[in-house]
Amino acid sequence: MNSITHDPVAPLRREWQRHTPAQRISRWLVWLVCVAAVVWAIRSIDIIPEFLADAPEQMGDMLVRMWPPDLSHYYPEVHNALIETLHIATLGTVFCFVLAVPLALLAARNICTIRPLNALAQLGLVASRSVNSLVWALLFVAIFGPGAAAGVFAIAFRSVGFVGKLLAEALEEANPGPREALRAAGAPWGAEMLKGVWPQVQPAFWGIALFRWDINVRESAVLGLVGAGGIGLVLDDAINFFQWERVSTVLLAILVVVLLAEIVVNRIRTRLI
Amino acid sequence: MTAAPRAAAPASGTVLQIKGLVKEYAAGKPVLKGIDVAVPAEGITAIIGPSGTGKSTLIRCINRLVEPTSGSITLHGAELTGLRGRELRLARRRIGMVFQEYNLVERLTVMENVLSGRLGYVPLWRAWLRKYPEEDIQRAFMLLDAVGLPEHATRRADALSGGQRQRVGIARALMQRPEILLADEPTSSLDPRTAVEVLELLTRLTAAEGVPVIINIHNVDLAKRFARRIIGMSGGSVIFDGPPEELEQHHLRAIYGGEDWL
Repeated sequence: MNSITHDPVAPLRREWQRHTPAQRISRWLVWLVCVAAVVWAIRSIDIIPEFLADAPEQMGDMLVRMWPPDLSHYYPEVHNALIETLHIATLGTVFCFVLAVPLALLAARNICTIRPLNALAQLGLVASRSVNSLVWALLFVAIFGPGAAAGVFAIAFRSVGFVGKLLAEALEEANPGPREALRAAGAPWGAEMLKGVWPQVQPAFWGIALFRWDINVRESAVLGLVGAGGIGLVLDDAINFFQWERVSTVLLAILVVVLLAEIVVNRIRTRLI
Repeated sequence: MTAAPRAAAPASGTVLQIKGLVKEYAAGKPVLKGIDVAVPAEGITAIIGPSGTGKSTLIRCINRLVEPTSGSITLHGAELTGLRGRELRLARRRIGMVFQEYNLVERLTVMENVLSGRLGYVPLWRAWLRKYPEEDIQRAFMLLDAVGLPEHATRRADALSGGQRQRVGIARALMQRPEILLADEPTSSLDPRTAVEVLELLTRLTAAEGVPVIINIHNVDLAKRFARRIIGMSGGSVIFDGPPEELEQHHLRAIYGGEDWL
């Protein structure tokens, strides 16, 4: 009779909470650590207030000096350096695949079933990625002397880690079914790879190659700063001699090339996939 | 044709002899508990049984996609267990296989999928350059005609329907000129009508080529309709082995358990 005041299912009601109290505390702790890290970082970089205050003024001043760009400076010096940059990026990408494909095959756990070899290949890939391309360039300038050869090797060694990792992931994602079918037909290992695996990773392979070439065009533009050839050399000279209208020419040239590379890569990629 | 000399069959009319086959994925927990089966040299032998009872494992032990723990499997009297490397490859190319999920190479053409049944025979450079022997190409065309896909040779496998893909799978397996064909749930991903059509095709083509078939199948009615011999498995053991006419309700109850579903 007192069905309104008395709720018969009340004892059966269950409370739902998204997080347990322990989870809630740990989530707060994560936030606290994040905030502390940012505060610590800001305190440690030692911003000099005066420099910060006149930064807009300095920037405006630089832009005025850069304008108008000295376009007559473009040919032949900047042009030739630009072409050299493209060559460094292209050769570096091609050479990187020579190293990255075997490493990726060793790193992919469905291809190479020997665990220590997987780990070794992973280590090689991580090592390649952990060194910045400018540092690789410094090393190869020390070995080959200044010039484009050092640039090519720097680009290749920096790219191996990136390309090898993505390639190994693509290999591991390949459907094992077709391989199993070919193995069941008595196909040797090489044929299994060639006809069962390669067709599956082919789109990823070309996608990675184009993407890395695109990145390498940008990376090789700065290699000249450490003497490894390309347009960075011209840029470095211009900055050192305070020829700002030449600096802006170089920057514009880089921008145009990067834009063109982006457009070309996108065109090809849509065709491929 | 394969010119390799074959060992004489031990018992007349038996192509494949399985004795005491045991498979343990985890030690002490056998999935197959001592299977003894003799597969006749012609017609379809169907293996029925509930999911997880080891039908697939049994079929995969034959071509060593799964490594048996113990026991013996002989094809035309030649032992298959214990083969390694090149010998295993040569044995595998005598055994065709058709899969539930077709396992075609999606981004290759139908023709190349069929020709890949010859990968155990042709040297790698031929496969790489797609320079398969003329004889193989003609046989591939013939098989595509036989499975009813003559005009699909240059289409990519991922453009085909399920039934069409399984037809390509059958053509690929027959491309090996196998001495026996294994079919692991070949119709489980297909609609009922396509399933019957694919089984009819499989029966007709293997009979024409004189290839005996071992087929794993969930559908008991289809098994009875197409098989000459039925093997009922339950809990990793064979509990029925005989012609379809002898398979009765109490056998099915023993194989699948329960009775409400009958």
